[in-house]
Amino acid sequence: MSSRDVLDLDVTSDVAELPGVRDAVRAWSRALGWSEGPTADIVLAIDEALSNIIRHGYEGEPGHKIELTARAVHDPSQGEGIEVRVRDYGKQVPLETICGRDLNDIRPGGLGVHIIRSVMSSVEYSHAEGGGMQLVMRKYRRPEADLKDPQARKP
Amino acid sequence: MSAEDHNLEVRAEHQQDATILYLSGGIDLRTSPRLRATFLDLIDERPVRIILDLSGVSYVDSSGVGTMVELKRRAMRHQSPVVLVGLQNRVRSLFEITRLDKFFDITDTIDEARRA
Repeated sequence: MSSRDVLDLDVTSDVAELPGVRDAVRAWSRALGWSEGPTADIVLAIDEALSNIIRHGYEGEPGHKIELTARAVHDPSQGEGIEVRVRDYGKQVPLETICGRDLNDIRPGGLGVHIIRSVMSSVEYSHAEGGGMQLVMRKYRRPEADLKDPQARKP
Repeated sequence: MSAEDHNLEVRAEHQQDATILYLSGGIDLRTSPRLRATFLDLIDERPVRIILDLSGVSYVDSSGVGTMVELKRRAMRHQSPVVLVGLQNRVRSLFEITRLDKFFDITDTIDEARRA
């Protein structure tokens, strides 16, 4: 694995960092050869994950640590993909409460997890050792690895 | 992929039959609070119709769509229609993923938005 295959970012829980993270993720994904649609999905999923941590994990308080690592992976059945790990040291929440809300209940808020699950191939939340939450999400290049919106994933 | 414009610009045009907000840039957790404040000010003016021209918006996250949902819900109390215009493909995709394309009236042009 070359160094180009891994993106390591130390972020703080400050909304001002979000645009820079999106730019870095976008550039990394494109350098790995991902096309525009899937790259936009990856950028959106990471942005939503960080936003959730800032809002809920750290309750809007800036200056707290968030670790973000993205790397190229190969799965024997799914093929080439990327894996993103996001770890915070904030509030732990029961895993069963992390779910997208009912989309028929139209109101502001609560859409971030639904969006992440919609644009990524797999999403797994866990309680991190030593406190905080960890999110590991993967996306594979094969279009059939994603169920949603094939039009938006054209090269 | 074109670079994302991180700033959010909002320009309002008040017309007899509608107030048109021309938005450009990105709407995320950083910029959506300012957009929300703009929307709340607008609602106080009780516009006949609100048209959001999003053709210049290259990025929207869940806080952005949530802010627009709040605008529409508040506007509905005053019977003011809210119409979204000119969504870029990625932005439209987000509304489809969240099924909010069924909640909002979405048109391609401002002329259509006046009639929606």
